[in-house]
Amino acid sequence: MTDLIRWTAAELAERLGAGDVSSVEATRAHLDRIAEVEPDVHAFLHVAGEAALTRAAEIDRLRAAGEAPSPLAGVPVAIKDVLCTSDMPSTAASRILEGWIPPYDATPVARLRAAGLVPLGKTNMDEFAMGSSTEYSAYGPTHNPWDLSRIPGGSGGGSAAAVSAFEAPVALGSDTGGSIRQPAAVTGSVGVKPTYGGVSRYGAIALASSLDQVGPVSRTVLDAGLIHDVIGGYDPNDATSLQQAWPSMAEAARRGAAEGSLAGVRVGVVKELNGDGFQEGVRSRFAESLERMAAAGAEIVEVAAPHFEYAISAYYLILPAEASSNLAKYDAVRFGLRVDPGRSTTEQVMALSRERGFGPEVKRRVILGTYALSAGYYDAYYGSAQQVRTLVQRDFAAAFEQADVLVSPSTPTTAFRFGEKVDDPLAMYLNDVTTIPANLAGVPGMSLPIGLAPEDGLPVGLQIMAPVREDARLYRVGATLEALLEAEWGAPLLSRAPELGRPVPVPGFGTEPDGGTR
Amino acid sequence: MAGASTKDVLMDFDEALERFEPVLGFEVHVELSTATKMFSAAPNPAAPGADSTVPNSFVAPVDMGLPGALPLVNAEAVRYSISLGLALGCSIAPSSRFARKNYFYPDLGKNYQISQYDEPIAFEGSVEVELEDGTTWVVPIERAHMEEDAGKLTHVGGATGRIQGADHSLVDYNRAGVPLVEIVTKPIFGAEHRAPEIGKAYVATIRDIVRSLGISEARMERGNLRCDANVSLRPRGQERLGTRTETKNVNSLRSVERAVRYEIQRQAAILAAGGTIIQETRHWHEDTGTTSAGRPKSDADDYRYFPEPDLLPVEPSFALIEELRAALPESPVAFRKRLQADYGFTDAEFRDIVNAGVLAELEETVAKGAAPAQARKWWLGEILRIANARGVDAGTLVSPLHVSELIALVENGDLTDRLARQVLEGVIAGEGSPEAVVAARGLKVVSDDSALIAAIDTALASQPDVLQKIKDGKVQAAGAVIGAVMKAMRGQADAARVRELVLERAQS
Repeated sequence: MTDLIRWTAAELAERLGAGDVSSVEATRAHLDRIAEVEPDVHAFLHVAGEAALTRAAEIDRLRAAGEAPSPLAGVPVAIKDVLCTSDMPSTAASRILEGWIPPYDATPVARLRAAGLVPLGKTNMDEFAMGSSTEYSAYGPTHNPWDLSRIPGGSGGGSAAAVSAFEAPVALGSDTGGSIRQPAAVTGSVGVKPTYGGVSRYGAIALASSLDQVGPVSRTVLDAGLIHDVIGGYDPNDATSLQQAWPSMAEAARRGAAEGSLAGVRVGVVKELNGDGFQEGVRSRFAESLERMAAAGAEIVEVAAPHFEYAISAYYLILPAEASSNLAKYDAVRFGLRVDPGRSTTEQVMALSRERGFGPEVKRRVILGTYALSAGYYDAYYGSAQQVRTLVQRDFAAAFEQADVLVSPSTPTTAFRFGEKVDDPLAMYLNDVTTIPANLAGVPGMSLPIGLAPEDGLPVGLQIMAPVREDARLYRVGATLEALLEAEWGAPLLSRAPELGRPVPVPGFGTEPDGGTR
Repeated sequence: MAGASTKDVLMDFDEALERFEPVLGFEVHVELSTATKMFSAAPNPAAPGADSTVPNSFVAPVDMGLPGALPLVNAEAVRYSISLGLALGCSIAPSSRFARKNYFYPDLGKNYQISQYDEPIAFEGSVEVELEDGTTWVVPIERAHMEEDAGKLTHVGGATGRIQGADHSLVDYNRAGVPLVEIVTKPIFGAEHRAPEIGKAYVATIRDIVRSLGISEARMERGNLRCDANVSLRPRGQERLGTRTETKNVNSLRSVERAVRYEIQRQAAILAAGGTIIQETRHWHEDTGTTSAGRPKSDADDYRYFPEPDLLPVEPSFALIEELRAALPESPVAFRKRLQADYGFTDAEFRDIVNAGVLAELEETVAKGAAPAQARKWWLGEILRIANARGVDAGTLVSPLHVSELIALVENGDLTDRLARQVLEGVIAGEGSPEAVVAARGLKVVSDDSALIAAIDTALASQPDVLQKIKDGKVQAAGAVIGAVMKAMRGQADAARVRELVLERAQS
């Protein structure tokens, strides 16, 4: 049964369908794994062991009656704490929302439930998705399963660590500037930020509304596609949701893996997203991947994106501006933390609650954003940033004239150590240089593992980007490359990750208190 | 903060106008009567018949500002707004945008209001308003934009219900998210002595327009229509505009007139004494007819507006705009001219109707079959009398349909005027339709001559002196007998018929 947790969602779904395994067994195996490794990894903020087993049993009954709601029914899933869940606390890893249970499910969560997936719990993240390491979680950081002294990426480090530590086969994340792709890259997993509007934002606790996008986190390209198919598509509850029919991403992945060829695919290498400042091992693995793709028939072209160098600056004006407004609702009046010293005014309670409830990075960005939107500064900051955004979009448009997909290293470096950048916000921000342009332009992006950096033995990710609405290209190209690399490695990259955890004395359902001896 | 008790020095109105030129501006907020709110599926308390007395019962996650909730634009509210924009003679923007107006106040769940800022849905229009003497005045409109209303705070524990001294405050989000259109005028120059009257006529016209469009209940006393009046003065001959004050929530037509007049007199006294006007909001006090200082307001108030990223631009099709334009009712001024001619009313008669605010009711009563003269008689007579006595709008008392039914009963001879007034009382008291009240109270006219003759003969027999006088040709003496008969019939007889019969029986 230990193998069970190593199955991909696709494999698990197949075996559930064949009756080789029950959802209760699969769910229990993952809960046991959670109990085993959580003391080390801390990927979860909340584990819903009992609810998961109840739901799993229900799915098993439905399947026995021939009424399984979808082929993925019974597959466990982890959910980033930024997404509203009506039966679990939804805190965005902030003190200010501690214990808050929303009266509704986020649309992607509701769709997972409708398809019969079994939520295991809520995963850790940087507070309100502000950060690249989970060090800004109010509830303590998540540790990288490859090296517990290193960050798992952020903001969605919890979801990425959960799938790469085999605590869940698949998970949901959200990506505002790289929060799905960067954690995927540094944990050797797969993450996709869909086209803006491709997946509903309804019920996703907003960071920056014009940039946020919910997407899948997994160990394989196919699994990401399976989840993408479930959560994606038009939602009338999100005004920015795209009204169009989408092709099956899973189908695109299967085709890509089966074909094994990239003949006729023009792969554009973004000149500006490589080179100086990028770690040696990241560059070498990236170069090898390009060679692999070329060998598989891809036409490799270099494309220029001259305005990408301004993307970070623009992003760190637009994001804080929108966040400063989105986070204004946390005022202690209707929900969340309330600090009331007594005999105080509404303003004092609001200020004190926000002072205590928000962490340092949230405060920093709220202040930045408030400043950027202030009268007299709006044009210089927010206005200019929006212009840069247009220029970045034009760069993408020009690049996609020459290439079907664009590629870059997903991150400039492999996972860094805890504390390395937490006192240097600018260095932390620069970690997002590769991922931010896709958010500014709304284009889809994927990160998939391409090997380990020789100097530190840590995973390196490749980013693929496609034009808006062409998410299927990511899956097609990504699955081909993934198949080529695994054929060469002889096994998935994650099989090379160090063993985690210790035997658990009593079989648990994931509800035991942390018993780690770290 | 200065309280309402501060005694303002006022300058005589005529003197103020001699020395200063008033410049006016109005912001009128109209609550739209759509079924649901501006950005959520919660029911709209400003919809017809909505009862939102239970706090926080008309709310959705969006209105409470819950994390993860997203706004959606109410398409019906957009159509209403376009119709209103067109009725105000505005251009409709092919693309307009919502923006966030950021400020912390607990009556907004999100701590920002979704409004429109630099791209309103309607702009550049004008409204022709009719003054009491029948002349017209054109008010220039700068813009009309869509936004959401805020919730309501109740301060508990203080002496006056104000926030000062309050122990705590309660928030009711029922009103949060109610669809609003804010209509902003350009500065109104040259109003002079008629400034107060123009203010009142302008707001009355906006009310008439939104009523004729059927897009708002337009009840000022309920806050469906709210007026902020901007007033500034400048010395005669000065080009530069004076500093303005913004008197908030002037919520009756009469108050608009009074508030404008008050601010002119107050500001003139300050300026004449060498003082300066502070740019501020002012509160209107209906009871004392005065304004008091609110919060200082400057053009630099920083609401950190930026385009609302949760919503797409509003882009009505040309076809929709033209469809709504074709469906526009007549302008209030044109409508009135036509009605006056159709009804054959004199200018004075018609103005009384308009000034009493019952034109719409009268028109509907006629549409239901009543003669215009009868409809006028009832609405300006008994109904208006009761409304004034109770301090409410006449239109709130009784429906035009019931008035037309009442008139029909009189016309058919089923009721006398006197009985009809009793029936009206019953209808107003909620006893049902006129027919129902007639039946329940047994108020039908006795038209059976034999019953009348019996009563007359009894009365004549008991008053032989009167009988003799009538026989002697002193017809006026019949009054006493008629009175006795009417009393015997408990008023349910046609007095004219009784008189005829009395004379007939006396001579026989």
